[in-house]
Amino acid sequence: MITFDGVTKRYPDGTVAVDELSLEAPTGEITVLVGPSGCGKTTSLRMINRMIDPSAGRILLDGADVTTVDPPTLRRGIGYVIQQAGLFPHRKIVDNVATVPYLLGWDRKKARSRAMDLLELVGLDPGLAGRYPFQLSGGQQQRVGVARALAADPPVLLMDEPFSAVDPIVRASLQDELLRLQAELNKTIVFVTHDIDEAVKLGDRVAVLRVGGRLAQLAAPAELLAEPADDFVREFLGRDRGIRRLSFIPADGLSLRTDLVVPVSADVSSVRGTAEAWLAVVDAEGGPLGWIAPKDLPDSGGTLAEVPAAPYGTFVRGRDSLRAALDATLLSPSGNALAVDGSGRVEGVVTREALGEALTRIAEDARG
Amino acid sequence: MGEEPLIRWEWIGNNGPLIRELVADNIIMALVPVLVGLLVALPLGLAAVRWRWLYQPTAGVVNVVYSLPSLAVFIVLLPITGLATRTTVMVPLAFYALAVLLPAVVDGLDSVPEHVRQSAVAMGFTPARRLLAVELPIAVPVVLAGLRVATVSSVSLVSVGALVGRGGLGHLFTDGWQRQFPTPIVVGIVLIVLLAVIADLLLVLIQRWLTPWSVARTATRRVTQGAARATARPAAQSAGQLAGQSVAGPGRGDAA
Repeated sequence: MITFDGVTKRYPDGTVAVDELSLEAPTGEITVLVGPSGCGKTTSLRMINRMIDPSAGRILLDGADVTTVDPPTLRRGIGYVIQQAGLFPHRKIVDNVATVPYLLGWDRKKARSRAMDLLELVGLDPGLAGRYPFQLSGGQQQRVGVARALAADPPVLLMDEPFSAVDPIVRASLQDELLRLQAELNKTIVFVTHDIDEAVKLGDRVAVLRVGGRLAQLAAPAELLAEPADDFVREFLGRDRGIRRLSFIPADGLSLRTDLVVPVSADVSSVRGTAEAWLAVVDAEGGPLGWIAPKDLPDSGGTLAEVPAAPYGTFVRGRDSLRAALDATLLSPSGNALAVDGSGRVEGVVTREALGEALTRIAEDARG
Repeated sequence: MGEEPLIRWEWIGNNGPLIRELVADNIIMALVPVLVGLLVALPLGLAAVRWRWLYQPTAGVVNVVYSLPSLAVFIVLLPITGLATRTTVMVPLAFYALAVLLPAVVDGLDSVPEHVRQSAVAMGFTPARRLLAVELPIAVPVVLAGLRVATVSSVSLVSVGALVGRGGLGHLFTDGWQRQFPTPIVVGIVLIVLLAVIADLLLVLIQRWLTPWSVARTATRRVTQGAARATARPAAQSAGQLAGQSVAGPGRGDAA
């Protein structure tokens, strides 16, 4: 656990970068520091590994004041990832990754074999090991940066806007990758970003800082979206706060209707008279095929396989959020969503009425 | 010079030992000052990067020395280092080398990107190790570029020493001039150019060998843009055959 205890950083010219900051970054969790430029988020991060020393207050790493440890020794035990990756241009990828093991005095062979393992862990082709950094794309370099930070298996990882310099698609995949790695490694991560969406996506806890280095709010993402502490935080969270909050509410609670699902092998005549406006058609394995409107069915024989089906949207029950369920209803003219299990079999239908009830309950919670 | 031909081949044949001796003298008097200049420029450059205020005055002094006419410097040095000695010639040359190399070392160290320096600090490098393992290696291409300029100019500047009786191949110029005999002059010019070109080429090879990460820089971009399967190695070799920066332009054209 990393503890900020009344930490202040004041520069000789009188500028206060961080003002009486107290917060905890719990072990094994991702704590995100987010805020506009000038809010002291990077300064705070750099005080953890003593790239900057505080003017007042203490920073404790598992209870021990970091200023009692010699900086190089302290830093070798803390992984660090920065925006431009900061790779050494004159060293091959494998040696870049093995940097800290080399510093710790591991023998070359062991350090390199560890580096190869890490390249694989972060999803890089081992064939890149012998290349130089400039030969890699920005996204690949950033992965190498993460691998390098993890090389000596430090319990703590500091990440300073690590994904800001890559394009949005690569950024999203790097974020997913980080979450996947974190599920496996359980590091204590402090992550700095100016992007609130990134903060909300990655953080177990999000600390919003305001200019001048004051903590505005520290909360879990769902709570932050539901109950911003003040106007500054509300404004910083930006638009669509209500919709985005749905990402943190599981779709499990939605009521399912199984009576609206029909197999594709059913006869047209058997469903034509149904009172329902829409029915979901599934194949023999239970996979979704689409929606049909019984009143529009042709007056002919044969099975539903001969009838054109309207588009559908699905969400995975037990994994996806209410936001995904809402999205699924908007993808079909039926206005209903299909709930599927992990292997894609339809479990039932969430009607727009069912979704509406769930949304109403959430809105009522927000009022209280 | 009347009927005298530009070159008399038999003179070369008859003066083999003299020419060899002058070549050796020229090489020594050219390279020792560059080496000394580099050895002085490194610590001075490091200090100037560490304490910025030091750079301007140091560079100022070096530049003033650089601007002094070499003949004047020779005359000042004569009573101390003696007539026709190597030292008399090499002292000003060392200052000239220093004048080129000091900015090269400072620019080289400045060429280390801030994020690379920061990440080295954050990885837990001690300052000394960071300098040796990260900053100096990254400064090498810029320092070597300065070293090439210093070496080539030093090789040709040696000949000025002929004015005080020790000019390496420059001796052939005064000799030919005094006797109105062009052959030694032509031989001197050709050999000096040859020495300069060879020295430059050797430095280019050293640079390719020391900084494969910088050599490949221009070529591999072309390769990765063109064929995805191409590896770094052949790219580096082809870059070695072509000249430095010019690779990027036509290379891209080839790939497309």
